[in-house]
Amino acid sequence: MTDAVAHTPEEAHKGKDTAEERVSYLRAGHSLASWLTTTDHKRIAILYLIAITGFFFIGGSAAALMRFELISPHGMLLSNEGYSRAFTMHGVIMVWFFLIPSIPNTFGNFLIPLMIGAKDLAFPRLNLLSWYIYIIGGCFTLYALVGGGVDTGWTFYTPLSSLFANGHVVALVTAVFVAGFSSILTGLNFIVTIHTLRAPGMKWSRLPIFVWSHYATSLILVLATPVLAITLVLLAAERLFGIGIFNPALGGDPILFQHLFWFYSHPAVYIMVLPAMGVVSELVCAAARKRIFGYAFVAGASMAIAGVGFLVWGHHMFVAGESALAATIFSFLSLVVAVPSAVKVYNWTATLYKGDILLDPPFLFAMGFIGLFTVGGLTGLMLAMLAIDVHVHDTYFVVAHFHYIMVGGTVSAFFGALHYWWPKITGRMYSLTWGRIDAALIFFGFNLTFFPQFILGYLGMPRRYHVYDPSLQVWHVMSSAGASILAVGYILPFIYLYAALRSAKPAGPNPWGATGLEWTTASPPPKHNFDHPVQVTHEAYDYENAPQPGEHR
Amino acid sequence: MNGLPPDMPANPLPFWPPAASAYAHALDRLVVSFSALIIALALPVFVLIFVFAIRYRRGRKVNRTAKERGDLWIEIGWSVIPFVLTLYFFVQASVLYAQQTRPPANALRIDVVGKQWMWKFQHPEGQGEIDDLHVPAGEPVMLNMASQDVIHSFYVPALRLKRDVVPGRYTRMWFIADQPGVYPIECSQFCGMNHPRMRGSLHVMSAADYGRWLQVSQVEQTLADQGAATYRKAGCSGCHDHGAVMRAPSLAGLAGQTVPLEGGQTVVADAQYLRDSILQPGREVVAGYPALMPSYQGSLDEGQVQTLVAYLQSLATKTPEVPR
Amino acid sequence: MSGRASQETSQGVTLKEPYARPGQQREADFLGMYLFLASEIMLFGVIVALLFADRFRHPGAAEQAAQRLKIWIGTANTAVLLTSSLFVALAVVAARAGKAKAVTGWLAAAVLLGLTFLGLKGFEYAEDFAEGVWPVLGRATPGNLFINLYFVATVLHAVHLTVGVGLLSWAGVRVKMQRTRLPGQAIVIEMTGLYWHFVDVVWVFLFPLLYLPRP
Repeated sequence: MTDAVAHTPEEAHKGKDTAEERVSYLRAGHSLASWLTTTDHKRIAILYLIAITGFFFIGGSAAALMRFELISPHGMLLSNEGYSRAFTMHGVIMVWFFLIPSIPNTFGNFLIPLMIGAKDLAFPRLNLLSWYIYIIGGCFTLYALVGGGVDTGWTFYTPLSSLFANGHVVALVTAVFVAGFSSILTGLNFIVTIHTLRAPGMKWSRLPIFVWSHYATSLILVLATPVLAITLVLLAAERLFGIGIFNPALGGDPILFQHLFWFYSHPAVYIMVLPAMGVVSELVCAAARKRIFGYAFVAGASMAIAGVGFLVWGHHMFVAGESALAATIFSFLSLVVAVPSAVKVYNWTATLYKGDILLDPPFLFAMGFIGLFTVGGLTGLMLAMLAIDVHVHDTYFVVAHFHYIMVGGTVSAFFGALHYWWPKITGRMYSLTWGRIDAALIFFGFNLTFFPQFILGYLGMPRRYHVYDPSLQVWHVMSSAGASILAVGYILPFIYLYAALRSAKPAGPNPWGATGLEWTTASPPPKHNFDHPVQVTHEAYDYENAPQPGEHR
Repeated sequence: MNGLPPDMPANPLPFWPPAASAYAHALDRLVVSFSALIIALALPVFVLIFVFAIRYRRGRKVNRTAKERGDLWIEIGWSVIPFVLTLYFFVQASVLYAQQTRPPANALRIDVVGKQWMWKFQHPEGQGEIDDLHVPAGEPVMLNMASQDVIHSFYVPALRLKRDVVPGRYTRMWFIADQPGVYPIECSQFCGMNHPRMRGSLHVMSAADYGRWLQVSQVEQTLADQGAATYRKAGCSGCHDHGAVMRAPSLAGLAGQTVPLEGGQTVVADAQYLRDSILQPGREVVAGYPALMPSYQGSLDEGQVQTLVAYLQSLATKTPEVPR
Repeated sequence: MSGRASQETSQGVTLKEPYARPGQQREADFLGMYLFLASEIMLFGVIVALLFADRFRHPGAAEQAAQRLKIWIGTANTAVLLTSSLFVALAVVAARAGKAKAVTGWLAAAVLLGLTFLGLKGFEYAEDFAEGVWPVLGRATPGNLFINLYFVATVLHAVHLTVGVGLLSWAGVRVKMQRTRLPGQAIVIEMTGLYWHFVDVVWVFLFPLLYLPRP
């Protein structure tokens, strides 16, 4: 592939379009209808990117509202109900409308066919259908939000949600239920694609780790999401018709709801973090310009996490009335599931050893991910310890822990992916300086926001309290200050990435000098991904034969 | 109601919560030592990423030969060694947890009802309290907890203990607070609108102070006496008393016994069974009796049921005879 | 939907993008369907798990409650569904052989049996309602977890069966109108058939769990 782009004088005169751009998927049709009826996985990925970005900012606004409220210990800004509605919306939107679809539905959608040398996903129309289902779910969420909100928390615990809470519980439950089918269909599509559409020579042992981790994620999507779906149906049936499954007054048992909810929601954590691990594996190799250390272990770790992840849901219920024996078993399995995560972290670190390390924005995000994910994972070990969990369960310690995994981990990886594949998706390179500043801002802002919450949690501050002891105010103010930095870090890329779209700096097919089939085709790729038949002859991450990073990256 | 207890100096930058029991100190030791382990596991990663990023950054002339492609023993090493180290703490944490599930037989039993949005306490001597709980220092105290509505969670940070209070079942928690003082009680499970206002205070008192408090707040009836009154008022005596018109099983001496059920199984008549039999009598029917008893759900609240259970359990310790 | 190229191979199989070979497309179709059914199994698996949890937590309760259900309707419906599955299997065999007429015949028979099942089920619900077995909707009376689960499980199954009847009818009409040409597009009948068999198998698990507990 050439990365120099030939401009005829006429083109130079007309504008900044490159020859590649004119035949790319972005120009395959210009009307809105051509986007809304597309079956091209790359265009659907962009539809998702736009939609989830919207939800990210709605969910983020709710978070900003909460952090603003928590500056004062007396609850000045919001009523009790208002605060409850803010954190419910924050949780529901961030979990189901941002984090779960974030990396798989955008980057997974865009990259899996490219990485395995396929023309598209196995079921292109189903892919578009998933997007519409997601949007319908999103509309229900917005309806619940505009209609006044819900105050159950994102966990919808019964009997609070089924009997006592006011607000549009059923609308919000429907939203999550509907969005679940989008997840199931996407996961199904990925698995079938990876099984049937690999290019000649693309053996399983040659798949990029990104593809492996999406394969593991998809298994969870297909097998865990229906459990949530039926649980929410049962919840709605109880709320609407009084069919008692969870409410003890109607003959049910509220603990059953927690079992079912966490049987989905714990694996859902891995839905959020496995794709992020896949992204980071790509990024670390590209940064170090080396093959990943322990390929088989890193790939196998994803599958192990997906498998064992189904057996640890009970660790969310150590204080909810589990038997001591069950609690001990779940505690032990939770330690087991940490092993493959640790294996990944150590392998990424070893990959950097004797590398040829590029300190470009995507790689700074990846290193930030490793640090923050490690903190999140190790505090997760503390939560897996029975007696420790009894103290810190449902406090800010837990809040800090899962934000380290989901925001420090997944969102950092999401931004890393955005910065790494942006030139591939759009064909244009952004300002690397601004990218580096942004990576630093997010890392610093994140730690300032969430580290104090570990201390707050150990001090005994329960989550979902917006009125608290004045002696804790220092930590909350620190956290809110960090959140404002984080907000800047999240908004900044909009400016310089948007500016990059308008800039005259074509990225070329392979600005980072990376391996992987997606870098062998044009940026942006043509409609059918590859101009030539694809034949894979090398293992993944063959950096000894990779081109050098471009000068104008 | 919020805020630190008045007799404690406000710390401008609190870092560690006060500990009111030997258990809390034991847990703190576990947390500190385990934190040391996880720092030891994490630090190499942080340091090495930083060192590698600087030492091997592009353009720097360093030796980059000896390209490793992975090594089985290294992989096994960093999987197994940290895991085995954490197992030591797993055992310790599990032992501490298991202790918490077994209250000593001589523990002072206090009944707790969580309801939106308050804590209600009933002492065996009959004293009732809302949001404030007085307990003697140095004595084991067992809380028998029920919820009137949604799930709450009884949390005392100074004891490092919490337990969910779940509708439809009794949950238990016990502790020995040895440090007199006033400590916050929180609800750590989101329970609806006024969740952040559902707070109280645990007053740990020396034996002498506690004795004085008991006297000052003495009421006429003990909890079991209150239960006996409820027993008659709710009409239980109409069927369950000896010589009643309807034939229902006698309740004297029932508590703690093994009861044969209609389906052939048996069940021990513990507090949970007694409660369920009052509120959901159709579920576990005593063998040989028709399932005629109506449910008292809605007509008796959890607090009243707790007095009834206390009454029935008091009958077990007396000679089995017909109540007054 | 725009822009999906498709072509017909010599065997009459419609090859769609992104596939290069008919075998590849067929493998993808089957794998996709199996994954979808795996997902459905997890859905019904929850109800089954709840039934087991109920029997574990409240010994004897299920046995008592199950006596109130109409075992003869349950048994009759089991026979009806098993027979319908046979007809659908015969339709698949006929489709592979390219016998369009036989396909529509077998599918029509299966649809008829599916409707019979739904009719019997509806009759059973009406009887349940008359006898007060149904959960009392919208009123907070102490219910029975087993009966509530019976209700949820059978309604969920009936919804799936209704979808199945719709799919079989749609496939039958397409074959009749020669919109689906056989044997090249037999995959349509095969996929619909797989779904139907799945709904049948779900009933085979629900029937003993709901109707057969006896003290």
